[in-house]
Amino acid sequence: MKIFFNDESREVADGASIAELLSTLKLEPRHVAVEVNYQLVPRQRHSQHLLMEGDRLEVVTLVGGG
Amino acid sequence: MTTAHAVVQDRLQLGGHSLASRLIVGTGKYSTYELMSECLEASGTDCITVAVRRERLIDADGNNILDFIDTRRYTLLPNTAGCFTADDAVRVARLGREILLGLENPGADWVKLEVLADTRTLLPDPVATLEATERLVQEGFQVLCYTSDDPIVARRLKEAGATSVMPAGSPIGSGQGILNENSIRICLEYLKENDPDYPVIVDAGVGTASDVALAMELGVDGVLLNTGIAHARDPLTMARAMKTGTQAGRLAYLAGRIPKKLYATASSPEEGLIAPKPR
Repeated sequence: MKIFFNDESREVADGASIAELLSTLKLEPRHVAVEVNYQLVPRQRHSQHLLMEGDRLEVVTLVGGG
Repeated sequence: MTTAHAVVQDRLQLGGHSLASRLIVGTGKYSTYELMSECLEASGTDCITVAVRRERLIDADGNNILDFIDTRRYTLLPNTAGCFTADDAVRVARLGREILLGLENPGADWVKLEVLADTRTLLPDPVATLEATERLVQEGFQVLCYTSDDPIVARRLKEAGATSVMPAGSPIGSGQGILNENSIRICLEYLKENDPDYPVIVDAGVGTASDVALAMELGVDGVLLNTGIAHARDPLTMARAMKTGTQAGRLAYLAGRIPKKLYATASSPEEGLIAPKPR
C-alpha cells in the first residue's frame, strides 16, 4: 500500500505498524517522533498503530539549532 | 548574605530547571559535530538548544546529532525555530517533547518558543507567539519565549504564563549585540516588578564576549547564543570567551558598578602633594 513519508510517496507492506516501518527504514526509534495524519503517536503505541493506505506520516528527529 | 556567598550558589533557576551555567548554547551551524561537541564543553554550559526537523533518511554520513551529545550531561531545550504560525509551533513543541521523553532527558517538559513573522528579519510574530504561549502552557509545557525587546509584549507573555521571557538583543545571527539597552532595562523592570526572581534571558544577536557581559551587567539572568560561537573564526576559543564573559558580567552585576559621572574623581590622596594644585 502507499503512504506518504514526509510528503514523499512510499510503498509499505499492507497493515505495517509504525514500529515495523521505522525498523525497515533503519531508524533508531529513540531518535524520532512520529505523527500520523497530523496527530502525534507516542512511541509506546508504535507497535500497535497499524498504517492505512494514504496515511500521511511526519517523522522528525533532532538537529542542531539555536 | 555577602555577594561572595551569593556567587557560590548562583544557579540559574528556570521554572523547574536549575542550571549551573547562565549561558545556554545552541547546537546549530557548526562545521562538524565534533567541533560542536568541543565548543559546548568549553562554553561551560549545561543546557543546549536543539531543533526539530524531518528525518531525511539519507544523511550524508548517517550521523545523528544525538550521537555527539551526552544527553545525561546536558538538559536539552528543543526549539520551534522556523515556525511561522502558532499551530506549527504547537505541533513542533509536541514532537520535540516526544523525542526528549524517549531520551529520558529532563528537557522534555519545556520548549523554546519561536514563532517568526518574517524571513528577512526573523523577527517574532508577537500575536502568534502570545497565542502559542497560552496553548502550550495549557498543555503543561514550561515555555521560554523568544521575543523582541518590546517591554509591553514581554509583559503580555509573562501574563500568559511564560516561564521565562527572552528578548532578543538584536536580530538572530546578526551579531549586532544589544542594540537598545534601555529596552532591555525596561523589560527587566516590568518583568521583575514585585517578582525579582522571574528569569529574563537575552536570546539572539550577541556577537562576542563583551555583548554577553553587557547583557549580564544589565541584570538579565542568562544569555542564549549560537552563531556567536559557531561562526567565530576560532569557535573553540570563542566558546571560552563567552563562558568567561558571562561570568564576568554576572559578577559585575552582583558587585554593583559605580555610577557614571561626568567629571573625574582622583584615586590617589589629595593631601600631602609636594606641589600646589593648579586651579
